[in-house]
Amino acid sequence: MSVADDLYREIILDHYRNPRYKGELPPPALKVEGANPLCGDELVMYLEVKDNHLADLRIKTQGCSISCASTSMMAEAVKGKELTEIDKIIEQFKEMMLQKNGAPESAEELGDLEALQGVKKYPVRIKCALLPWNTLIEALKAVRSHKPAEKVIME
Amino acid sequence: MLDVAKIRKDFPILHQEINGKPLVYFDSASTAQKPKVVIDALVDYYSSYNSNIHRGIHSLSEKATEAYENVRNIVASFINAPQPETIVFTHNTTEAINCVAYGWGRKFLKAGDEILLTEVEHHSNMIPWQILSQEKGVVLRWVPITENHTLDLKKLDDLLTSRTKLVAVTQMSNVLGTINPLKQIVQKAHAVGARVIVDGAQGVPHAGIDVQEIDCDFLAFPSHKTLGPTGAGVLYGKMELLEAMDPFMTGGSMILEVWKERATWNKVPHKFEAGTPDIGEVIAFGEAVKYLQNLGMNNVRQHEKKMTAYALERLSEVDDLIIYGPKDPELQGGIISFNFKEIHPHDVGTILDQEGIAIRAGHHCAQPLMRVLGVQGTARASFYVYNEKSEVDKLVDALYKVKEIFQSVGS
Repeated sequence: MSVADDLYREIILDHYRNPRYKGELPPPALKVEGANPLCGDELVMYLEVKDNHLADLRIKTQGCSISCASTSMMAEAVKGKELTEIDKIIEQFKEMMLQKNGAPESAEELGDLEALQGVKKYPVRIKCALLPWNTLIEALKAVRSHKPAEKVIME
Repeated sequence: MLDVAKIRKDFPILHQEINGKPLVYFDSASTAQKPKVVIDALVDYYSSYNSNIHRGIHSLSEKATEAYENVRNIVASFINAPQPETIVFTHNTTEAINCVAYGWGRKFLKAGDEILLTEVEHHSNMIPWQILSQEKGVVLRWVPITENHTLDLKKLDDLLTSRTKLVAVTQMSNVLGTINPLKQIVQKAHAVGARVIVDGAQGVPHAGIDVQEIDCDFLAFPSHKTLGPTGAGVLYGKMELLEAMDPFMTGGSMILEVWKERATWNKVPHKFEAGTPDIGEVIAFGEAVKYLQNLGMNNVRQHEKKMTAYALERLSEVDDLIIYGPKDPELQGGIISFNFKEIHPHDVGTILDQEGIAIRAGHHCAQPLMRVLGVQGTARASFYVYNEKSEVDKLVDALYKVKEIFQSVGS
């Protein structure tokens, strides 16, 4: 397998070139920031939660193809979903990314996101893929606790 | 002229494959590879005379002390320091700069005094001065770079006043490769009564330095970028300054006499070497310096000029590649930063790594400079004595591969 087959797959580069749900939402949308200081990746996520659903979200992002694609694909996967459903997607995605050999069966349910599995062969880049997800986790925590969200710093 | 084929035989690490491709090591600005004489010196120290120094009751300690102290002579001759006692061993360049910030700056600078920095400084020649500024009310001023990515000497003239007490400047930018005209800068600084500390982390290993000719007041540089091991660095200072300033770290070895409530300091340079140093690493560093001296620093610089000229020529053939720096081998060392317009440097780094090519990608510990350049980071290739032109060709081929992968979208 070449780097183009497992890391830079067409679907990933498509999301990198044409990020979905890019932008900002006005207040009172919840605003959460995330950063990966070692590589300089940064994102700001805006969420609108209504009736336990993620009614809308927008994300401003600056980073490599992997972090941008992961952000865009995540936005597509969670927009409009019920929060508990989003919890499940997050769990499945992180399980897929952190499982050392192969992927759990549940990865098939992830649709396009499954394409990010190839990142696992490049351990230094896993953090790039996880940045938007960790930021989303922090955002949901803030929604549920009604406390302000803290900036997510990947270590 | 360097015999690169012969030199490459001295570096065991170069003879391996990375991801199925022969290693092309273009990351010497991060850390240089080590010749076998350096590795052997480390092994020899730890396997035959490892012992603590300056406590010479037994034979091993005597041998280790002599070997360690002899490196002061070697380094002094390498940078043409007036006497070996002006060579202080630290653990790295950063510690050497902190030594001056805390030992000299904190003692002699006061609120309203100014320190001139340049926009291209590495964080290590920036943060210690920021701390001092916050602590003492010292004002930091920044010398900008020109469009050509060289230091703006006119602005330097404007900023130098009687308030300027220190100029902290790098010999060679670790991002742009720009070599600063140190002699001229020192003359201008001295004319207003300011001291000069030179960050030689990139410059000394690749171009050497003559501290008496340049007349700088302090110089900091590392072993590990100079073909030596990690864990050793050098602070050179003029004797009267080293004598006047305070020690940075305190504890064992740096004392003369200790009572319960007070102590007196050892002589320079021992006043600055608290605790057990990295003895074996310093000894092996001495071998690294001798290795470079045998090659001749002028030959090293000439080789890198040729490498840089060739790389600039080949890289300029690649469409959509932005090259930073003066783009002139006379004005820059063996460091070239570049970016594709629409591709993040980490993606470039990952794809090059798959081709066996090691480069650095990111902000290079120079975030203020990244803002000046208007980028998040750059990809950086850097050369040393063991690199050859054919490796530049491999880099260019791999860059075409990067383009191909990223252009495949939508096609």
